[in-house]
Amino acid sequence: MEPSLSFFSDFNINDFWFLGQAAVRTLWISLLSISLGTVLGIFFGWALYEGKLAATLTLAPLLDVFRSVPLIIQLVLFYNFAPIMGLNLDPFGSGVVILTIYTSALVANVARGGIEAVGKPLRNAARSLGISYWQDLRYIVFPIGGRAVFPAWVGVALGVMKDSALVSVLGYVELLKASQILITRTQEPFLILIVAGAFYFALSYPISRYAANLEKSWAQ
Amino acid sequence: MFDYNFHWRPVLKTLPDLLDAALLTLEVAILAMLIGIVIGLCLALIRLHMKGSLYWFATSWVELARNTPALFQLFFFGFGLGAFGLHLSPYLIVLTALSFNCAGYLAENFRGGFLAIPETQMRSARSLGMTAWQAYTRIVIPQVFRIVYHPITNQIVWCVLMSSLGMLVGFRELSGETQFFASRTFRIFEYFAATAVIYYVIVKLILVASRILAARLFRY
Repeated sequence: MEPSLSFFSDFNINDFWFLGQAAVRTLWISLLSISLGTVLGIFFGWALYEGKLAATLTLAPLLDVFRSVPLIIQLVLFYNFAPIMGLNLDPFGSGVVILTIYTSALVANVARGGIEAVGKPLRNAARSLGISYWQDLRYIVFPIGGRAVFPAWVGVALGVMKDSALVSVLGYVELLKASQILITRTQEPFLILIVAGAFYFALSYPISRYAANLEKSWAQ
Repeated sequence: MFDYNFHWRPVLKTLPDLLDAALLTLEVAILAMLIGIVIGLCLALIRLHMKGSLYWFATSWVELARNTPALFQLFFFGFGLGAFGLHLSPYLIVLTALSFNCAGYLAENFRGGFLAIPETQMRSARSLGMTAWQAYTRIVIPQVFRIVYHPITNQIVWCVLMSSLGMLVGFRELSGETQFFASRTFRIFEYFAATAVIYYVIVKLILVASRILAARLFRY
C-alpha cells in the first residue's frame, strides 16, 4: 500500500480545486463553441436546403472537409496558420474557432434534415394563409423540424463536449490536460484519470439518457 | 499578404514515409474495427438476451465507451493501466482504446438492428427446422447487417480519424509521423496541411469503396 499512501499525501484538496477549475474551463469552451456552432450550423443547414446547386457545389464540400479531417489535425493546423495570417490567437481562441466550425459542419446536416422533415404541403398551407417566408421558418419549420432533430443535435453537442478534450494539444488547460499535469506530479495516473473520466461521464450520461427518453416518448 | 515563406520541399522529400505511416493508420483502424465488430456483436446480444452481472458488464462497457472522450480512453489504456504495472506498447494502446470505443458504439447500432428484425423471422426460421444457431447466422444476422451497414461505414471513418490521437501517446502512425517530421524541420503548417489532405483522401476512398461494396452486396 506504499504508493496509495504517497498518493493521498500528494493529492491534496488544492488539486481538487485545480481539477474543478479545469472542469469549468472544459464546460466554458464547450458551451461557447456549441452555441456559436449551432447558430452557424442552422444557417448553413438552411443555406444547404435553399441553395440547391450552388450550395451543393460550394458549401457542402467545404463543410465535408471539416468532417473528414481529424479534429486534432484541424486544431494544430489552424493554431499554426493563424499567425501566418497575422492573427494572434491564444490556444483558447484557436480552440473556440475550430470547435465552432467543426460543430457547425455537423449541425448543418442535422439542421437540413430538420427542414426536410417538415412536409412541403404544410409549409405551402402556411404560406397560403398569408404567413411570410420568414414567419413560416420561425413559427412552422423551427418548432416542428427542431423537434424532429433535437435528439440528433444533443448527440452532436455531447460529441463536441467530449472532443473539446483535444484542445489540450494546443496547451489549453482543460480537464484532461489538468489531469495530465497532476499525473506528472503525483505519479498516480489511475485515480486521477478516474476522477476526470467520472466528470465527463456525469455530464454526458444524464443528458444522453434524457435525449434517448425524449426520442422514445416522441416516437409514440 | 503573407510574411511567411512556405517550404514544401521537406514535405515532398518525406512523403513516402508519410504514406507508409498512412498505411499503418489504416491497419490499426481496420484491425480495431474488426475486433470492435466481434465484441460489439457480443455486447449487443448480451444486452438483448441476458440478465444479471453479464448484462451490467455489457451495459457499463457501452455507456463508458459512449460517454467519455476518446482521448480519455486512450490515456486510460496508456497511462491508467500503468498503475497496475501493465505497460502496453503505443501500437497496443491505440488498438485497445479504438477497439473499446468502437465496440461500445457498434453495440448500440447492432442492438437497434436486432430490435428492427421482427421476432416472427426467428420463429418461422425455427419452425422450418433450423437450429437457433442456423436461424441466427442465416436469417437474422444478414438482415441486421444490411441495417447496420451504413453505421459501420461511418464507424470506420470515425476510427481512422480517431487513430490520429495516437500521436499523443507516441504512436508513429500518420499523425505521429507528421508531428515527428514537423518538430524536426519546424515546418509545422506544411506538414499538417499535407497530412490533412492524406486523411481526406483516405476517408473519401473508404466512402467510395463502401458505396461500391454496397451496390454489389445489396443488389436484390
